[in-house]
Amino acid sequence: MIIQALAFYLFAGVLVAAAVMVIAARNPVHSVLYLILCFFNAGGLFVLLGAEFLAMLLVVVYVGAVAVLFLFVVMMLDVNLTELRQGFLHYLPIGGLIGLILAIELLVVLGAWAFAPDAASLRAAPTPDPATIDNTRALGLILYDDYVYLFQISGLVLLVAMIGAIVLTLRERAGVRRQVVSAQIGRRREQTIEIRKVKPGQGV
Amino acid sequence: MTPIQMADVGIILPELFLAVSAMGLLMLGVFGRGRDTARTIAWGAVLVLAITAVMVMGMGGEVRVAMNGQFRTDGFTVFMKVLALLGAAAALVLSIDYFERAKIARFEYPVLVVLATLGMMLMISANSLMALYVGLELQSLALYVCASFHRDDVRSTEAGLKYFVLGALSSGMLLYGASLVYGFTGATGFDAIAAALHHGGENHGDGAHTLPSVGVVVGLVFVIAGLAFKVSAVPFHMWTPDVYEGAPTPVTALFAAAPKIAAIALFVRVLAGPFEHLVAQWQQVIVLVSIASMALGAFAAISQSSMKRLLAYSSIGHMGYALVGLAAGSQAGVTGIALYMALYLPMTAATFGILLCLRIDGQPVDRISDLAGLSRTRPGLAAALAVAMFSMAGIPPLAGFFGKLYVFLAAIEAGLTTLAVLGVLASVVGAYYYLRIIKLMYFDEPTVQFEAGQSTAVVAVISLSTAVTVLFIAMPSALIGPARLAAATLFGG
Repeated sequence: MIIQALAFYLFAGVLVAAAVMVIAARNPVHSVLYLILCFFNAGGLFVLLGAEFLAMLLVVVYVGAVAVLFLFVVMMLDVNLTELRQGFLHYLPIGGLIGLILAIELLVVLGAWAFAPDAASLRAAPTPDPATIDNTRALGLILYDDYVYLFQISGLVLLVAMIGAIVLTLRERAGVRRQVVSAQIGRRREQTIEIRKVKPGQGV
Repeated sequence: MTPIQMADVGIILPELFLAVSAMGLLMLGVFGRGRDTARTIAWGAVLVLAITAVMVMGMGGEVRVAMNGQFRTDGFTVFMKVLALLGAAAALVLSIDYFERAKIARFEYPVLVVLATLGMMLMISANSLMALYVGLELQSLALYVCASFHRDDVRSTEAGLKYFVLGALSSGMLLYGASLVYGFTGATGFDAIAAALHHGGENHGDGAHTLPSVGVVVGLVFVIAGLAFKVSAVPFHMWTPDVYEGAPTPVTALFAAAPKIAAIALFVRVLAGPFEHLVAQWQQVIVLVSIASMALGAFAAISQSSMKRLLAYSSIGHMGYALVGLAAGSQAGVTGIALYMALYLPMTAATFGILLCLRIDGQPVDRISDLAGLSRTRPGLAAALAVAMFSMAGIPPLAGFFGKLYVFLAAIEAGLTTLAVLGVLASVVGAYYYLRIIKLMYFDEPTVQFEAGQSTAVVAVISLSTAVTVLFIAMPSALIGPARLAAATLFGG
């Protein structure tokens, strides 16, 4: 128990500290590296909760794909953070004020928060009992059985995103030489090689 | 448990057909190497939309739920889906000639329109907050791309970017509201939410807390804000004039017709379905939004010099009128909305068709002053535009009058007399700018020369739409009957 608690505080502490460093770091590349540290620690928290599949997913998807993408973008765009931060102090009072108002409003809403009487049972309904089934299978059952409809539509949304990206950016430039394999293979010797008799001292 | 039953497949068959056809058309476009690929695929898409409309009509009016409660079809969804399909098909027909002339004809456009229409159908049929969201995103994402389809034109790309950024913001609000609703009720399905809110309303006699809780009302307001953005109702209308003006004209025609119908249908489904027990909470919001939209639509359009911007403000106003029916919160109100949208569609299609027929230097006419003296240079088109304008202004005996009549009657029945009076006043103000266009066309001297030649397909769309607008009075029951049935299934089941 005590080890688990220690591990929790370790992961949580490093997670919060790394999250602060993401926005505090001067160099954007360092920010992305701290973000990766965040993801790893969040993954650790998931393992502690017994959601090992989500932990692996977080590492594979966020560290493996998203963070690396961020890294590429940051390196390619050459963002100058000090320039971005210039207005920070200038906007701090008004930003802080809006944040404070929002926080008070949230507290008011949460203070008067009441659940519908049958909310708890409704919320628990789609989740199978974790003791009888491992969580990868449970996720699979929900995602691919109960909500297969939403899963398929999400696929269509991604298809639209792909078509959109191609429509808006692909330009077919003139004069691009493409490799046509059949034409390469179909070439015959007569078409390409010409044998000439060259007389000495005259050149071609 | 098997994930998909055969019965489910039967219920979602039109959507399934549309999705598979969209992918088929995409493949045809990618691998087809003909010269006329774009044109062939556009007509193929029109055909696909028409077939889907027939299939949807074949579904009948009974209430059926499929896909684990995510999807619902009933008389109302059938009516609205057919309208959305017709709107998308009309916008596609209008686009073919224009895109070829502007040399931006590409086969992706019809495919995107088909996918957007699929998103609209899924929105209309959504029976849970999650299904609502994915349908909405499918539609919006395809439309963002359509807005910036003329990618070498600065204004078109600007329109797409604006639409995208603001659309993402509105999706965020919608999701935030949905999460609060889920937090309160513990469910995302519309039926379960309705049940939870109903039970919640019953036990506030015990004095522990007065339900509905603040949280769920805040959530509801955020959901309304997200949906109001999609129908471009005030105060979430800012994007509309810019996007309408910047997007290529046939795309604007699409924006003005099909997505508006789908979003209004979704609005009705959400408020009259899961939140029907919170009428007292949402009614005041809708009344406010509706008055603001009608007023802004009437006053802001007066000073416009661009036809597309004017139509943008006009559509904001029309959405205000349609929301009057929703504010009534009754079966008569929903009948009014269904009828209003059914009559709004031909007016919009005719107006944009006429704009596309009038070209100056290859561009569709946009400045209102260029329409001067149209009755002398193009008498036929001038007459059709006059009919559309009279109808939009709501002057009897044209169709637009009856749309307004039904929503206002429903509002008065529901005791919202002030709303109805304000609506009538707004439509009087609005009549000014519609009539100004007619005055320009019939009493002023022509200033510009329009290019000759017009596509037969566009003329067909204009004639058909004008015929519906004019002849509605002859057979009103042809539309009012189905609209009544549609509203009845929403309230009866």
